[in-house]
Amino acid sequence: MTTTWVFAEVGAEGKVEPGALELLTKARSMDGDVAAVVLGPGATEAATQLGEFGATTVYASDDPVYSDHVAQPVTEALYQLQQQHSPDLILFSMTYDSRDIAGRLSAKTGSPVMSNVTDILGPDKARTAIFGGTTLVDVELQGSPILLVVRPKSFAAEASGGQANVVPVEVQIPETALKAVRVERHEETATGPKLEDAAVIIAGGRGLQEADNFKLLDELAAAIGGAAVGATRAVVDAGWVPYSMQIGQTGKTVKPGVYIAVGISGATQHIVGMKGAKKIIAINKDEDAPIFQIADLGIVGDALKILPQVTEEVKARKG
Amino acid sequence: MNIVVCVKHIPDPNLPPQLDGHRLKREGVQGVLDPGDEFGVEAGLQLKEAHGGEVTLVSMGPPAAAEAIRKGLSMGADKGILVSDDALQEADALATARVLAAAIGRQPFDLVVAGVESTDGYTGTMPSTLAEFLDIPQITFAKHLEPSDGSITVQRQTAEGYHVVECPFPLLITVTAGVNEPRYASFKGIMSAKKKPVEQLSLSDLGLSGDDVARKQSVVELVPAEERKAGEVVRDDGDGGRRVTAFLADAKVI
Ligand SMILES: Cc1cc2nc3c(=O)[nH]c(=O)nc-3n(C[C@H](O)[C@H](O)[C@H](O)COP(=O)(O)OP(=O)(O)OC[C@H]3O[C@@H](n4cnc5c(N)ncnc54)[C@H](O)[C@@H]3O)c2cc1C
Ligand SMILES: Nc1ncnc2c1ncn2[C@@H]1O[C@H](COP(=O)(O)O)[C@@H](O)[C@H]1O
Repeated sequence: MTTTWVFAEVGAEGKVEPGALELLTKARSMDGDVAAVVLGPGATEAATQLGEFGATTVYASDDPVYSDHVAQPVTEALYQLQQQHSPDLILFSMTYDSRDIAGRLSAKTGSPVMSNVTDILGPDKARTAIFGGTTLVDVELQGSPILLVVRPKSFAAEASGGQANVVPVEVQIPETALKAVRVERHEETATGPKLEDAAVIIAGGRGLQEADNFKLLDELAAAIGGAAVGATRAVVDAGWVPYSMQIGQTGKTVKPGVYIAVGISGATQHIVGMKGAKKIIAINKDEDAPIFQIADLGIVGDALKILPQVTEEVKARKG
Repeated sequence: MNIVVCVKHIPDPNLPPQLDGHRLKREGVQGVLDPGDEFGVEAGLQLKEAHGGEVTLVSMGPPAAAEAIRKGLSMGADKGILVSDDALQEADALATARVLAAAIGRQPFDLVVAGVESTDGYTGTMPSTLAEFLDIPQITFAKHLEPSDGSITVQRQTAEGYHVVECPFPLLITVTAGVNEPRYASFKGIMSAKKKPVEQLSLSDLGLSGDDVARKQSVVELVPAEERKAGEVVRDDGDGGRRVTAFLADAKVI
């Protein structure tokens, strides 16, 4: 029988990172035991929700040591818990912190870590996608515990209404694990809908020519109502818009009802983050742009001309 | 400051990727220094220029990976280490980290720099596995670096902004593509790179055996994904805006 653990990140208010709930839902559908590990302020509070999504045991600690320091204290605690309980599989959501923790844990346990996982096929078999999602790669892993870092939105989260037995985590964290200290947190609380939840996303790329033209996307988003604005890495790296707007391999994974790609070429690393959209519209002046290969509607033309027209038309229709 | 920069040699990402059985074809194809690692090299050079010291490039790969090291040397790095061994042909992230840790750990260092993720493999986990083997802290996703006496302050990108993280040396950082603007190699740089030392090491030079680097994950199958079909692509004749709006209305989002 397989014992699967899900490592759940938590915010200070007990808010569980959504990917953990997706992973619990998947873990529940596999044969065997499901437990969650949650560390840092808010952990105990989060245990209720983790139980509702399928964890029968939740190992929890509210100790701020886990959020004040980067990666190492959590790795140490996970390692000690793993040594005591020997899970077969530990699932991580592909976030900044969890990817680091999984990487470090791999060195400690000597067992393999696979990242960019998009499906779990069995206790020692997982799937990833390459070449912009056109080819699926099935990988077999050997070792214990097997560590999988799973892309967000690979599974739909669904509560089962269960209740978890909460086990307090008490481990000794060595001084050497406390060197990297978070001294400040700057988080933009975005106004409007989040990219992860929006029904419509309008994303801009280098084809918008300059940072200022992103306002054309904001205007359309406002006209549609409830739409969010995203971006490619090229324009984030150029400093036009904040990183929190980046969609793709190193950014967010989104699944809106409609995705409007404006001045975006359609590089594989962008496509992996948005190809789950129900419908895709692309506006690009180059008829050979790869984005057209996955678009339901493609308009070959100048985005700077077309965008204001769409905004006007949408406003007119809405009256 | 002794700075070690990890540099990966990858198939040229501007050419269509080729498969060799279940794996990406790496030999007999045009290779380059991973463009993502140019940011690491640049970060190392800037720290050296401001604080003195030496920049050493480390790579694990086939003999051709020496070209990636040469590229970094021509940008201004001081020396290189290439670990090459037939037993490493199928190395996974865990094995790569073990090998690089052994190569890096042979001399004292203050800082190890790597890319956030490689262009061809993009596991993104190799650097933190490496940090754990070296028993040092790591700060990934660095978008701004500010070293001071004995420690470094890093702006670390997060999903909704950034955190400021402080850490004493030695440590490992991974840098994003936003951290700096990599320099071009000058003609003088290219010429002098030819004379800079590149040490070639095998597994046994590092005291490792084939068992230490046996791969623990293997591709068993490649399956074509269900493809999204291209829809209608039309040239804008002035009615592009109307067509997009009609599509949005059909999709019932307006
Ligand atoms: C390891 C790694 C990770 C990466 N992660 C990501 C990621 O998470 N997200 C991401 O997006 N990218 C990522 N990238 C980068 C990716 O490879 C591309 O470089 C990037 O997506 C390109 O952005 P772009 O489409 O804005 O720019 P470009 O590729 O330059 O495309 C601009 C497009 O605009 C069109 N255009 C120009 N003018 C107009 C006009 N007036 N009207 C209409 N169209 C116009 C052009 O025809 C062109 O197709 C990653 C790369 C690597 C190596
Ligand atoms: N074979 C290698 N040799 C040197 N550095 C590497 C190697 N593989 C990965 N790296 C470094 O680790 C980073 C992340 O790689 P990856 O884990 O493959 O996404 C890269 O940007 C490199 O800096």
